[in-house]
Amino acid sequence: MSSITKTDLADRPGFAVRLGGVAFGQYAAAGLIALFLLAFLVVPVLTVIVAAFQDKHSGAFTLINVYDFLRNELFLRSFWNSLYVSLMSVLWATVLALPLAYITTRFAFRGAVMIQTLGIIPLIMPPFAGAIAMQLLFGRNGTVNLLLGDWFGINLPLMEGLNGVIFVQAVHYFPFILINLSTSLRNIDRAMEEAAQNLGAHGFRLFRKVVFPLAMPGYIAGASLVFVKVFDDLATPLLLNVQDMLAPQAFLRITSIGIADPIGYVIAVVLIVFSVFALWLASFATRGKDYATIQRGGGGLSKRQMTRLDAVFAYGVIGFILAIVLAPHLGLLLLSFATIWSYAPLPDGFTFAHYRTIFGESSQLITNTLIYATLAGIIGVCLGTAISYLVARTKVIGARWLDFIAMSALAVPGVVLGMGYLRTYYAIELPWGGSLAAFWGMIAIALGVRRLPYALRACSAALQQVSVSLEEAAENVGATKARTIRRVVVPLMTGGIVAGFVTSFATAAVELSATMMLVQSTADAPLAYGLYVFMQSPAGRGAGAALGVLAVVIVGICTYLSHVYLERRSAPSRREEGA
Amino acid sequence: MKRRDFLIGSCLAPVVLSASVNAQQKRTLSIVTSLPKELSSAYKAAFEKLNPDINVEVQQRGTQAAVTYLRETRAKSATDIFWASAPDAFEVLKGEGLLAKFVPADTGVPAKIGDYPINDPEGYYAGFALSGAAIMWNSRYVRANNLPAVKGWNDLALPVMFDHVAMAMPSRSGSTHLTVETILQARGWKDGWALLKSVCGNMRLITERSFGVPDGVTSGQFGFGVVLDYQALAARGAGFPVEFVHPSDTTIVPSNIGVVRDGPNSAAAQKFIEFMLSPDGQAILFEPTVGRLPVRPDSYKKAPAGTPNPFAIEWGGGGGFKFDVDRSEKRYAIVDVVFDQLISFQLQPLKNVTKTLHAVDANLAKRPNAEAATLAAQAREAIALMPFDDKEAQSAEFAEAFHGSNEKKKGPRQAELEQKWASFARDNYAKAQQLADKAAQLAG
Repeated sequence: MSSITKTDLADRPGFAVRLGGVAFGQYAAAGLIALFLLAFLVVPVLTVIVAAFQDKHSGAFTLINVYDFLRNELFLRSFWNSLYVSLMSVLWATVLALPLAYITTRFAFRGAVMIQTLGIIPLIMPPFAGAIAMQLLFGRNGTVNLLLGDWFGINLPLMEGLNGVIFVQAVHYFPFILINLSTSLRNIDRAMEEAAQNLGAHGFRLFRKVVFPLAMPGYIAGASLVFVKVFDDLATPLLLNVQDMLAPQAFLRITSIGIADPIGYVIAVVLIVFSVFALWLASFATRGKDYATIQRGGGGLSKRQMTRLDAVFAYGVIGFILAIVLAPHLGLLLLSFATIWSYAPLPDGFTFAHYRTIFGESSQLITNTLIYATLAGIIGVCLGTAISYLVARTKVIGARWLDFIAMSALAVPGVVLGMGYLRTYYAIELPWGGSLAAFWGMIAIALGVRRLPYALRACSAALQQVSVSLEEAAENVGATKARTIRRVVVPLMTGGIVAGFVTSFATAAVELSATMMLVQSTADAPLAYGLYVFMQSPAGRGAGAALGVLAVVIVGICTYLSHVYLERRSAPSRREEGA
Repeated sequence: MKRRDFLIGSCLAPVVLSASVNAQQKRTLSIVTSLPKELSSAYKAAFEKLNPDINVEVQQRGTQAAVTYLRETRAKSATDIFWASAPDAFEVLKGEGLLAKFVPADTGVPAKIGDYPINDPEGYYAGFALSGAAIMWNSRYVRANNLPAVKGWNDLALPVMFDHVAMAMPSRSGSTHLTVETILQARGWKDGWALLKSVCGNMRLITERSFGVPDGVTSGQFGFGVVLDYQALAARGAGFPVEFVHPSDTTIVPSNIGVVRDGPNSAAAQKFIEFMLSPDGQAILFEPTVGRLPVRPDSYKKAPAGTPNPFAIEWGGGGGFKFDVDRSEKRYAIVDVVFDQLISFQLQPLKNVTKTLHAVDANLAKRPNAEAATLAAQAREAIALMPFDDKEAQSAEFAEAFHGSNEKKKGPRQAELEQKWASFARDNYAKAQQLADKAAQLAG
């Protein structure tokens, strides 16, 4: 980071040339991104959802399907259910995330990195395994309710209906808020806080009036992700057997055998349009306000010492929240060691047999997963940084649309994307034989596109907190635009970029729906696919859980390492500025 | 910068290496299946041992995903064999010309089990294992909740079963569809739906995944499940405390295997299927975690204890009906959609009124009340009402609404019919609820 202050005066092209070059460079970048999104998101998806506007019989253009959708009670009920569940999930996710983010960034706190890492683990909920573990713990006849029934004769409907969906979604997706909010809190300038304190603001008032508003970009980024993700998520409601929500309805209709039904695609269109609309609304929340502070690297909020009472309280709150959000993973761990676990608070016995079962096959699966997830993360942060820069700092026409299109990936069901890839690229032959759609790189691209929104929101939030005057300063002393971005903007965004990478990496590692369509041989299969294969029979349940645990541990370690890396990068610069 | 480049480089290196290793010397037989790993890997191992020059590549996909995959890759198929339980998936593939005709050598497999042909009469796919609809239960759950033993479908409608039963949506599970169709044929359209609705009124849930039902029973989320016998056998084989029974009016149907048209290695595909139908191949089905029933009658001489012999059971005979394959095909989509609109997506109102009626029955048993009994009977009639009859279900007009065809059509659209049926069910359940509430007041 010290490099920012040094300005290289060696190459300084003429001013006019630079201006033209800048605009050209920006449009070239925008064009390349648009091309990528067009090729790997828009076109494949369009080839599938075009059915929404076609007459089922003649194939001619029609709006009758949309009309049918609007007249259908089930779909309207599904829409309101989805909306309700999404809003409530954001609320509960905030309740879970806020204390964790606040305590770990604001106080000198032992194990902050550990807690930040553990806080991301819930995002890595392997398909099937996570839901089964949740049922075994919190279901009607899960551990909690069996014990409550024995002791008090009561049964809590934790996993029933819409409330069950809200519970699971809040636990699953609250890390989006945690990560983005923490990053924002770290980026707040200490001087702001001190100024407020000098003016007499303390305690909750300080937090409400100064700290939280300054962290707004991160919170909005996280909350809008939670909202849209929950709105578009089909796996959780389906696994909890809630079918009257919009995304499950689309999925049920798109994947039914032998019935040509355009309504499923209409629902997919509705999901995409509504998601983009929601994000557009969210962009109003931060538009026209300035969140940037000029002094960066000031170490964020001053970390203060806690009194003993505070510490006990803080550890208590954190322990409680972590216990709730990590319960599914505890259940998964138990399941992976269980012999038989059926209608009992705990398994009948414990064994290592499941880990032995997966031992032989897992190394290939792990390698593939790491490669795909890493590539997905890289695709995410590269495009995310570029798009957020184009939107926030340039006047490139249509830049905001790149943002919306990229975000719409959130609303595209994985199966639609997978079908689209097959439809668009299966006929294209690779030079060394085989189809382009069957090429393993396509899985990585599909995952990258599907996870791009996470990285994008994190990057834009980070950029909103970087003051333009820093860039102007760099340019005033002669740095080119490209050089400014490389040496000033990107380093200052590091927190957000790492947050974006971590979320897309961690979630790509357990993605299944698009992968399922694209995996063509077991040699190319990632962990989630292996897990699915095991989870289709009673005998494979333990082995599947063991694979799930493996996935969580590996992704967890990678997350921890990137946090350590982040801390180490920012630590020296802090010392430097302090000196 | 350098370190970062190195990091990316070292991440990519294994990819490049693994990609080049992928070029196999052996001939590859590529199988797409929805069947569990235990089954496919047992056959893979045995077949590769017999044919060391062939490498069996198994891709596991859900039935729907598998069908979509075959459809989207038809331009140049990379798959040799499609292997799944649901006969409807094979019918769809056959209809779209995605399967190749093949004739397995004379294997000693009989033509029919009960009324159901074991192999596709047109020769596009063959049965390799038999399975019958079954009711499966978790013994621990049943003991803890004091539930009675069950023998047939009617037992699932008993008041004591309320909230303890589960099944899959027939639109999502080909096997459940056949179970539903069998009930409809055995009891008739009207009585069949009445029975289904009273059973479903007791449902804890109606799940979207076929496997969700045996899975929930094994883990004890609910007590009883409508499944196929092998799902119970496999769970028992894995050590779970589950049992099952074949209800008397059920059919037994084959799980199937077919050769994909223009696959890269059809000769090996033929060989694989012949091995599967041979005595050695069939014996693999008896492995405890596989737990399927062979299609060769002679295999049952070596069956493990506790395995039912489907050739010794009189299928369909118990209910005295003949399974009409033609009728089943004509109304396939209609039965699925009407089940979803009337039952799956209206489950809560149906459950509410069923619960009230159970309470009324309990009170009436203690203190008879003629007026309340009449109201309860009327409520049951309102629940049982169907928006159309058997004849209409098989009509060309309905069939057209559900399948795309190139002709210009005049009839109603699928979405219109769905909305009509859904509001029909909603109104009748609401009416039934009113009647039941009144009965409850009188009987209470």
